[in-house]
Amino acid sequence: MRAWKFGDDIDTDAIIPGRFLTIYEPKELAKHAFEGTRDEYAKKVKPGDIIIGGKNFGCGSSREHAPLALLGGGVTVVVAQSFARIFFRNAINVGVLPVVCRDADNIADGAKITLDSKKGFIRADGRQYTIEPVPEFMQGIIDAGGLVEYAKKLPEVPLCTKSQQ
Amino acid sequence: MGATIVEKIFSRKCGRAIRAGEVVMTPLDGAMIHDITGPLAIQKFYEMGGSKVFDPERVIMLFDHQIPADSIAAAENHVYMRRFAAEQQIHNYDINEGVCHQVVVEKGRAAPGQIVVGADSHTCMYGAVGAFATGIGSTDMGFALKYGALYFKVPETILAEVSGKFPRRVGAKDLILSLAADIGADGATYQAIQFAGKTISKLDMAGRMTCCNMAIEMGAKAGIVAPDTITWEYLKGRHPMKPFPLDSDKDADFIDRRTYDVSALEPQVAVPHNVDTGVPVSTVSGIPVDQVFIGSCTNGRFEDLVEAAGVLGKKKFSPKVRVIIIPASRDEYLKALRAGLIERFVQAGALVEAPCCGPCMGGAFGLLAPGEVSLSTSNRNFKGRQGSTEGKVYLCSPATAAASAITGAITDPREV
Repeated sequence: MRAWKFGDDIDTDAIIPGRFLTIYEPKELAKHAFEGTRDEYAKKVKPGDIIIGGKNFGCGSSREHAPLALLGGGVTVVVAQSFARIFFRNAINVGVLPVVCRDADNIADGAKITLDSKKGFIRADGRQYTIEPVPEFMQGIIDAGGLVEYAKKLPEVPLCTKSQQ
Repeated sequence: MGATIVEKIFSRKCGRAIRAGEVVMTPLDGAMIHDITGPLAIQKFYEMGGSKVFDPERVIMLFDHQIPADSIAAAENHVYMRRFAAEQQIHNYDINEGVCHQVVVEKGRAAPGQIVVGADSHTCMYGAVGAFATGIGSTDMGFALKYGALYFKVPETILAEVSGKFPRRVGAKDLILSLAADIGADGATYQAIQFAGKTISKLDMAGRMTCCNMAIEMGAKAGIVAPDTITWEYLKGRHPMKPFPLDSDKDADFIDRRTYDVSALEPQVAVPHNVDTGVPVSTVSGIPVDQVFIGSCTNGRFEDLVEAAGVLGKKKFSPKVRVIIIPASRDEYLKALRAGLIERFVQAGALVEAPCCGPCMGGAFGLLAPGEVSLSTSNRNFKGRQGSTEGKVYLCSPATAAASAITGAITDPREV
């Protein structure tokens, strides 16, 4: 699986430009992912590939089209030094795993990359990188396969009760 | 140790003391969807097994990004949402009222102490009326529509204390652009920003909305101004809530306190392609512009149009510039009409459009060709935000936009 490396402050307009927001089908959105920012991406991305971002990945608009456009191309993991809040939540909700790796900037574009989320590391071009655990309360949503499945299994909404931190 | 205004809002809502860092499923006072993020939210609502929304009266629906429908696909999305509104008995403002955030605030759909979510990142604007409001994605919105509740990690708060009197033709937009440059595009991620201090307590609602609107541009979950007499006066006739005290305690546990003095602040311009790049206008003056946009949820209010008209005076806009002016809502449009501003703008050469997101949406109209430069009072200057990724967007205040539209190049509004 290859790494697709991007820089800091990759905004959701870059991931999927505003003119494609009438589309909701992930595979159709994927055809326009990073259009105008990195045109080769949509043509060459393969299932299992991993996006590498710098700081503040996914900043800007709340459009869920952004993680869906990645998912439509078969990308289920985004690794970044840090994420913008709404993107982070949207990604988990739709089944794209946002992985925080402080050293993500050392991973080269095109690197051969694998993720072992259980053991907490990434391997890229033979080097191992430590990743940060996902907040515990979001792990339940990830384990369910996204918020839709999580919600379906929710017996009742635990309003205002103390939750795990 | 006292509590922040955000901790107090969550504590009031849940009837127990809640501190920053706690993850809590919180009941919602409102949920807003528009024509871009709404269809997917509705789809997710159904996928989760939803049949009736939690409370039709607390769901806010309108169309603002692609209106009147600019494509068949947009028209189909509108039809889909209208059908949902009819089925669920939700009042739909449709294409008639304006930009979502302006409409929510001016129709009294957000009020002090309330918790409101919107499927749009600039939802944080409702903090101007003392609500805790934040932008969410469509799946979270599907959940919110079904259950009337959502998980929140209660954020820590940055206190931004602002003092000093704004110099002539310098205002809230210049302040927030300078704050964004200071705090950075991700400097407030997962945090709330409370705007306070003497300058904020004198600032009108329009200016407070501009500040809170752009909290997201620093990564913040929410922006908020504690409700005061200006807030409660604004809410008269909009929301029946009676005034009550709501503010951070003096000894609240803020994650950071920052102080700003606006008395020597210059007009600010954020240069391409990030919002945290604000510089004094003097450093970029003279850059030719192809399009000037005055509008959006950030700066499309009557007060913004008055500011622009004040700079314009009896002059004309440069024939080399496409000047697009869009009031943020029908109410703001009517105020501008009655005050003669619209006639003045049209006489000067501007194209005045009906209330909507306009070029800020980057997909409807007012797009840039490769190599073109836009100067905009909106909130984002990302690459491709207003059309071609080879275009450039600069952000500024309505005064700077008007001055530059007259000369055809970025211009200090104090020199016109």
